[in-house]
Amino acid sequence: MHELSIAMAVIGQVEEAARTAGATAVHTVHLQVGELAGVVPDALEFGFGLACAGTVLEGARLVTETVPGRARCRPCADEWAVGMPPDLCCPLCGTAADELLSGRELQITGVRFADGTAGGPVLEPTGGER
Amino acid sequence: MCRVVDLQQAVLAGNDLRARQLRADLAARGTTVVNLLSSPGSGKTALLEQELALARERGTRIAALTADLATENDAIRLARSGAPVKQVLTDGLCHLEAGMLARHLDGWLPDATELLFVENVGNLVCPASYDLGETLRVVLASVTEGEDKPLKYPTAFGLANLVVVTKMDLAGPAAFDEAAFRSHVAQVNPGVEVLLTSVRGGLGAGELLARATAAAAGGPVHTPVMSRTGTAQGHLHGHGHVHDHEHPYGHGAHLDGCDGADHPHGHGQSAADRLAAVTAES
Repeated sequence: MHELSIAMAVIGQVEEAARTAGATAVHTVHLQVGELAGVVPDALEFGFGLACAGTVLEGARLVTETVPGRARCRPCADEWAVGMPPDLCCPLCGTAADELLSGRELQITGVRFADGTAGGPVLEPTGGER
Repeated sequence: MCRVVDLQQAVLAGNDLRARQLRADLAARGTTVVNLLSSPGSGKTALLEQELALARERGTRIAALTADLATENDAIRLARSGAPVKQVLTDGLCHLEAGMLARHLDGWLPDATELLFVENVGNLVCPASYDLGETLRVVLASVTEGEDKPLKYPTAFGLANLVVVTKMDLAGPAAFDEAAFRSHVAQVNPGVEVLLTSVRGGLGAGELLARATAAAAGGPVHTPVMSRTGTAQGHLHGHGHVHDHEHPYGHGAHLDGCDGADHPHGHGQSAADRLAAVTAES
């Protein structure tokens, strides 16, 4: 259950961004999760909800977008969806893929700050590394 | 007021940065890290105990750090080799992170250590995501775990620089299908070497040590397809194989391995990391 650690890493980075932006509340955090990232989005959302308590992210929504794995074979100029479990050998020539084009993302792609909204609690960001 | 910030940041950028720093710091001290990952009970400790003893006989300066949720049993076993050993208790945490490892090495790792084996928490899911500054990531599976283990845990096996099969003395009773296992490994990590071992039967004794020594000497280390993510996605966090030495094979030396045959090869680019915040709008 390392999703809690991942959630805390997300929170740490968003707290930092909130400090930089002078924001006092966070509405939404957008996250890309590759299907080969080894992270379960449901578990991550659960951990996120718990770990946001008492931070500037309290009450924030985590929106995850799953990114399918795609690989490329350069000689064949071929790209394919690797599937799950992944097949990293080229379906045309059978050799190893040159690279994984996508599928290992664990990436914050956007944050929506909601500071100053009526009725919302104004919380100070917690200091220090989490 | 409502602002949307286009924040592009790899979630594990902090760990990756600390891992790169640790890799560089240890390289400056002449130390190479080997990270061992497997399920609980697959035989990491028995194999490591054997390899530590062989290293001591051969005069290799070696140390081991072993992580568990609880008990110091593994450290007691490993210390029988005479090598410096440290037990890390994670208090329930399912994996090691680079910063944790750095803190545990501080003030403990003996000077002039050539090889440091890190026995990660027994778990094939969580430790896979965390680069510990290792040069060689080894994933182990015992013959009793089933040939499809690499397909069930593709991220762990897919990011291995070396795969080790343990308890080969039980291959017969367990009806272990070696060809099927190799084929499954090749599907998720084409070209990675699969090493067969049995501590009880003496099969492959010293082979893990030999691979670690070769990697420490700057020899070629297999680069998994799953970690070759640099060119298309500069923003992707990867398991950063940043080596401080030259490798004879470039990344372009893409070789086969999809048939499950062993072809030690390749070198990787470092996976790139994060970009900064970009825009803000009111």
